Amino acid sequence: MKELRVQPIKDGTVIDHIPPGNALKVLHILGMERNLPESVISIAINVKGKRGKKDIVKIENRELDTQEVNKIALIAPNATINIIRNYEVVEKHRVKVPDELVGIVKCGNPNCISNGREPVESRFIVKSREPLRIKCYYCEREPEDISSQII
Amino acid sequence: MNFKGRDVISIKDFSRKEILHVLDVAERMLPIAEGKEKSDLLHGYIMASLFFEPSTRTRLSFEAAMKRLGGNVIGFARPGTTSLKKGETMADTIRTAESYCDVIVMRHPQEGSARLAADFASVPIINGGDGAGHHPTQCLLDLFTIKREKGKIEGNSVALIGDLKYGRTVHSLAYALALFGIDMKFISPPELQMPKEVVEECREMGVEINIENSLDDIGDMDVLYVTRIQKERFPDPEEYSRVAGSYRIDRKLLEKAKKDVTIMHPLPRVDEISPELDSTPNAAYFRQTFNGVPVRMALLALVLGVVE
Repeated sequence: MKELRVQPIKDGTVIDHIPPGNALKVLHILGMERNLPESVISIAINVKGKRGKKDIVKIENRELDTQEVNKIALIAPNATINIIRNYEVVEKHRVKVPDELVGIVKCGNPNCISNGREPVESRFIVKSREPLRIKCYYCEREPEDISSQII
Repeated sequence: MNFKGRDVISIKDFSRKEILHVLDVAERMLPIAEGKEKSDLLHGYIMASLFFEPSTRTRLSFEAAMKRLGGNVIGFARPGTTSLKKGETMADTIRTAESYCDVIVMRHPQEGSARLAADFASVPIINGGDGAGHHPTQCLLDLFTIKREKGKIEGNSVALIGDLKYGRTVHSLAYALALFGIDMKFISPPELQMPKEVVEECREMGVEINIENSLDDIGDMDVLYVTRIQKERFPDPEEYSRVAGSYRIDRKLLEKAKKDVTIMHPLPRVDEISPELDSTPNAAYFRQTFNGVPVRMALLALVLGVVE
């Protein structure tokens, strides 16, 4: 009998189709490192899927809301969010980059006011989703490599 | 058209129609700006002039504009004299200043500072330059100057010359001229070329852009807009002298240009325009400096809702 590497969860959220090697970054963007939930989190990296390797994150007993999860679209644009209740998938959707990214990406311009001591979070406006282009709300610069500027 | 309470952060916040409206109001302000007529249009209003970075023309012309309209001015010209020195944030300085005034004019060395200030203040913020970012009132006064010198903005061909990479005024101006359908030449040393985003944006707006490295081909231009090439951009002083020298506008070059060519410069200038041209009718740069007053009068009156 084939043994499952990661057990199915009873209730919670499964984030599937994360590009291989990015599961930890996804948890980081979701702020799980800073506010570690009490529930169990399982991470699978380099899982063989139909379309090659992928990462999967399973968070038990917590249903992540869409706004919260959309932030991960920056590094996992094809990820799917599955809400699980009593082992059944009750909701499934693809992530979508939100219109604004607040406190997620740091502006790469050292002279941008958002990098100073002012009481504001970094803020980016999404100019286009495909290809992904964002610009700093304050200095209007566009980062060349968005993933390297994720806070 | 209602400008009351509006912030003036970037020229991109204005439509072509709105720009023309500001210029029309500025036209009406001319006799007051020249001191020929007295006005108390802004009597009882206070403008805070917050200059976190030094400035001559922008600060003086804003203050003159407010005073010519009968208003009052408070503020500082150097941050060293304020609580910023004690470590206060700009946001707190803005919140403090707004409780003493009706409108804030500010210049700050960091990009995005005016946008941030506008989020914290309930009074209108007018951006007098934010680092390498925007300088919308300079752009409006440049357009006003072209309109006054040439009779209209549309239909002119304009060459932007000098440091097009770092010069903040030329980026906004290129956008604004494209908004008026003006074809442009961008003439600069290769290392100081117009950023490609600006070039692309202008082309997407449907205007023709030619990128050149020399002043050889300016014979069909109506306006030469010259900017300063800064010494500090070149590690080698000799290289600077060589480059700066080849972008100098002098009498010999003027002979190659249209007879009625208009020469503009946001000033301060160093060597890029020979002083021998100052007395020619082509030299519009001092009139351009004066035009800062009526344009800023118009903006103040509009955002304070005294003029519609």
